Amino acid sequence: MAEKNTDNKEFSEAPPRVSEWRRFWRVFLQRRIVIFGLVVFGLLVFSAIFANFLAPHDAFRGNMADSLQQPNRTYWLGTDIQGRDTLSRLIFGTRTALEVGFITVGVAAVVGTTLGMIAGFFGGVASAVIMRVMDALMSFPMLILALLLSAVLGGGIQNVIIALSIASVPGNARVMNGLALSLKENDYVMAERSMGSSSLRIMMGHILPNALPPIIVLITLQLGGLIMAEAGLSFLGIGIKPPGAAWGAMVNDGYRYLLTNPILSFAPGIAIMLVVFAFNMVGDGLRDALDPRLRGVL
Amino acid sequence: MTELLRVNNLVTQFKTESGVVRAVDGISYYIDELEIVGLVGESGCGKSVSQLSTMQLISAPGEIAGGEVIFEGQNLLKFEANGPRMRAVRGAKIAMIFQEPMTSLNPVLTIGQQLTEMLVLHMKMSDDTSRKRAIELMSMVGIPGAASRIDDYPHHFSGGMRQRVMIAMALSCNPRILIADEPTTALDVTTQAQLLELMKDMVQHFRASLVIVTHNLGVVARYAQRIYIMYAGRIVESGTTKDIFGNPRHPYTIGLLKCIPRLDEEEGRKLVPIEGLPPNLINMPSTCAFLPRCHYKIDKCFKEPWPGLTSVNGNHFIRCYADTKEKNK
Repeated sequence: MAEKNTDNKEFSEAPPRVSEWRRFWRVFLQRRIVIFGLVVFGLLVFSAIFANFLAPHDAFRGNMADSLQQPNRTYWLGTDIQGRDTLSRLIFGTRTALEVGFITVGVAAVVGTTLGMIAGFFGGVASAVIMRVMDALMSFPMLILALLLSAVLGGGIQNVIIALSIASVPGNARVMNGLALSLKENDYVMAERSMGSSSLRIMMGHILPNALPPIIVLITLQLGGLIMAEAGLSFLGIGIKPPGAAWGAMVNDGYRYLLTNPILSFAPGIAIMLVVFAFNMVGDGLRDALDPRLRGVL
Repeated sequence: MTELLRVNNLVTQFKTESGVVRAVDGISYYIDELEIVGLVGESGCGKSVSQLSTMQLISAPGEIAGGEVIFEGQNLLKFEANGPRMRAVRGAKIAMIFQEPMTSLNPVLTIGQQLTEMLVLHMKMSDDTSRKRAIELMSMVGIPGAASRIDDYPHHFSGGMRQRVMIAMALSCNPRILIADEPTTALDVTTQAQLLELMKDMVQHFRASLVIVTHNLGVVARYAQRIYIMYAGRIVESGTTKDIFGNPRHPYTIGLLKCIPRLDEEEGRKLVPIEGLPPNLINMPSTCAFLPRCHYKIDKCFKEPWPGLTSVNGNHFIRCYADTKEKNK
């Protein structure tokens, strides 16, 4: 009887199905603002990678004779007090921004999800210890924590990354903890157990894939916030050391000449705004595309 | 036939705020090789919990408080609950099918990924062979066009098809025992019949024993060789299917049979429901748990504690003082 149905032509010639990936891209690229976000994102990555080739002038050593130039044909966005080309510094600044943003988001995502998953899945003592530590970390405002850590560890970009990572881990841990708590109650987790899967296998193979969509959206939205935090810290003089280029530091350098050379502060300021806006748009698009409630609607 | 699994005095309890609930209160049973055994009882009588307990799948606040589960000469309850030795039994030696086919498969993984996982884990197959085996298994359980459907997601499948996948998955590692926990409850009647037939064929093919847990006597009547009737966490009657249906002796079993319609009976017979509700499992009296609902009760029932299982005829056991045989006529 088992073989009876196998050559049932009616069923085997099923109509072609829309693949999940195609559906994802269709929803994702549906809004123009998301495409804009993706283009900005692409440009940023491009300029961060090829900064050496793109920058028209030396970004780190200027020509004092050309100090504080207004935008002109040689210096498209003018120069700062040391005669350094603003456009070149802006291009190199993307490196700092993306470096801090991506590494921090990566560290926070890996550490945060791992801790949150362990706490949510095992509960009990593990959960009590991990989540109380996360709560404690969460009670510090992110910038204050970063300031404190920089004060202790000293300036430098790696300390900014450490500080921002520590500040971003609890958010991820909380979200993952909640997801694991609800996902582990699913019947398929029990079914997996009944088939001899270990806890690790269930967590990595079954809970994590189900938790990925909200986590991906969360970290995309975090990226914008982290770039802003990095800018804030470098504005305060913490982070990359001169003559390195960071947008926040450029805003700070320029604001003394706000009335005469407003472009010095406005250019990096607009860059920060654009990037954060673009990342948030991409995050929104991802959320819509990964939201299971919208499946089949479009 | 040789005995495959023996459960002795299994006790599983749940600690709740209002007291300790003994969901399974000292049940003993056995399963022979190649046998189909039915475990019947109403909701909350502990039939599912007893099966989950044998595989140590009870999670807090539940705990296995006593008893032993002897399988292949070893007491499974001595193994660490999620340790490697218990995991080596689960899926590979004893497999389970759950009630809800709609939620028993992980929605984000393809059918193939979930089917091959077990083959790679327990049978140490390579990705290639496991995929071929998965397609083979899928067509064995009657999924048409298995090769083209292996990369589908669970939401592409209907409930009956998913349960077929679950059967394929459960049998993929040639287990000795397949426990089907209300396997057809969530499905419509025609699909139920197909799936029961399929399960019977499959356990025969794989030379496994089958435990059917159900609240539906009709389901086990046709397939089971022996039946255990459970009430309030205990087995109240056990015997061959013939004994249970032809000559039911416990008042509860008699009540159950009176409330299902039959095709071969005289016209106009009214179905008689069992009045009352199952007892609250907290603070159970020592007397018979079925007493408040029983039509056969005698004075002794109120005075003496609930008796153990006593043989009424060879392998036919009941837990009752009353002489139901006479009254039943």
